[in-house]
Amino acid sequence: MNWLVATLVASYAETSTAKTLVFDVEGWPGHKPGQHVDVRLTAEDGYSAQRSYSIATPVAGNTVALTIQTVDDGEVSPYLTGVLEVGEQVELRGPVGGWFVWETTNPAPVLLIAGGSGIVPLMSMIRARVDSGRRTPFRLVYSVRSPDELLYGDELRDLPEGIDAALRYTRKAPQQYKERVGRLAPTDLVSESWSADRAPACFVCGPTGFVEAAADMLVADGHLPFRIKTERFGPSGS
Amino acid sequence: MAIVSKGFTGKRRGNDARTPPGQYLTEDFPVLSVGPTPRVRTEQWQFSIVSEMGETQRWNWNEMLALPAEKPTVDIHCVTKWSKLDTQWRGVSLDTLLAGVATTATHVMAHSHDGYTTNLPLDELRHGKAWLAYEYGGKPLHPEHGGPARLLVPNLYFWKSAKWVEKLTLLHRDEPGFWERNGYHDYGDPWQEQRYQGD
Repeated sequence: MNWLVATLVASYAETSTAKTLVFDVEGWPGHKPGQHVDVRLTAEDGYSAQRSYSIATPVAGNTVALTIQTVDDGEVSPYLTGVLEVGEQVELRGPVGGWFVWETTNPAPVLLIAGGSGIVPLMSMIRARVDSGRRTPFRLVYSVRSPDELLYGDELRDLPEGIDAALRYTRKAPQQYKERVGRLAPTDLVSESWSADRAPACFVCGPTGFVEAAADMLVADGHLPFRIKTERFGPSGS
Repeated sequence: MAIVSKGFTGKRRGNDARTPPGQYLTEDFPVLSVGPTPRVRTEQWQFSIVSEMGETQRWNWNEMLALPAEKPTVDIHCVTKWSKLDTQWRGVSLDTLLAGVATTATHVMAHSHDGYTTNLPLDELRHGKAWLAYEYGGKPLHPEHGGPARLLVPNLYFWKSAKWVEKLTLLHRDEPGFWERNGYHDYGDPWQEQRYQGD
C-alpha cells in the first residue's frame, strides 16, 4: 500500500474541538464505509509521525473526508486541525481495515452504537445508506457527553425514513431533551423492534470502556457475538 | 520523497533504540478487538497444539499452570502505532509447549476462542521468543487483554499475539489469518514496518 499525496481542499469546524478535513487524494482507490486511513506528517529534519483516522463519508472519486477530534496533548491531530491550511499537503494511505465495514448490498438491518467520536465511521455507513437509496433499516444510538460535543447534529436530525437516530447525553443535555441523562443502559439498546431475533448487523465504535459495555449489553440481549463488530480507540486503564 | 509539513516538529515521544519506525510510546494499555470480549472460564479452558500429521497435544488450565513458568519483560508494538516498553508477563514458553511435538512445519495458525485467527512463522514462536501468557503486571490477565491466556510474541506486531488463544495448528505453508485476509501483513515485523499487505 503506497503513500499518496493528499491535498486539503476544505476544512470546517464540527464542534469547538473537532474539524472535518476534506482531502483530494491523487490515485485514491476507493473505500467502503467504516474503513480508515493512515496520515503521515514529516518534519523538516525527516522525523515523521503517523496516526489512523476514520473516513467520515462514503466513496466519492478522489475525495477522502476525515473528522478529527483534537487531542490536547496529541502529536498529529493538533497540527491537522490547527495548523494545516487549505491547499497544503500531507501523505495518506489506505483504505485500511476490511472488517468494520458495511456492505451496501447487505440486506440485514443495521444497528449502530456510537460513543463520542466513535460516530465517525458509523456516519460514513449512514451516509452510504442515504446515497444508495436502499431501504435497509438503520438504527443509531449515539452517546455523547454534551450538546457541545455532538457531531453531525443537523444531519442526524434530518435523516430519511428508515433511519432512526437516538441521542443519549451522558453529562449535560439540551433543555428540550426528555430522556434520562447518563451512561448508556441496556434499555437504550434493547427494544422490541430491534431484538436479536431480527439478527441485525451491529457496529459498535467508541472509547474502550464504552465499547466493552455496549457489546456486553448486546450479547446479554441475545445478539450473537459474530454479528457484533467493534472498533475501539483511545486509552484504556487496565 | 516525503512531503515536509511546514511547522510540524513532532513530540518525539519515542526512544529511538527501542521504538520501531512509525511508533510512539504510550503508558496506557489500549485494547483492540474485533468483537465483544469473550469471558472464558479457567475450568473450561483448554489449549491444544495440532501437528501437521493431526497429532494433538492438549492441556487444561491446571496442567498448563504445572508447566515451568517464565517471567518475560518485553516491549510490545501495535500496528495502530503505539508501543509500550518493559511490559511484565508470566507464562509458559512456547519452546516448552512445542517440546513434545514432532513436526517439520514452517508455519502456525493460532485460533482464538472467538473465532479469530492469525498466522505466524513457526520460527517466531521458538528459541525463547514467544509465550502462552496468563499474567500481566503480576495479576491474572484481564479478559479485555486476552485472559485467561493469550499468545505473547513481542517480535511481531501485537495482532499476532492472539488473545483468548485456544489452539495452534502447524502447517507446511503460510496461510493468511483474520486480519491478514483483511489487508494486514502476513509476517508483521515492526522493525521492517510490515503493517499491510505489500509493505
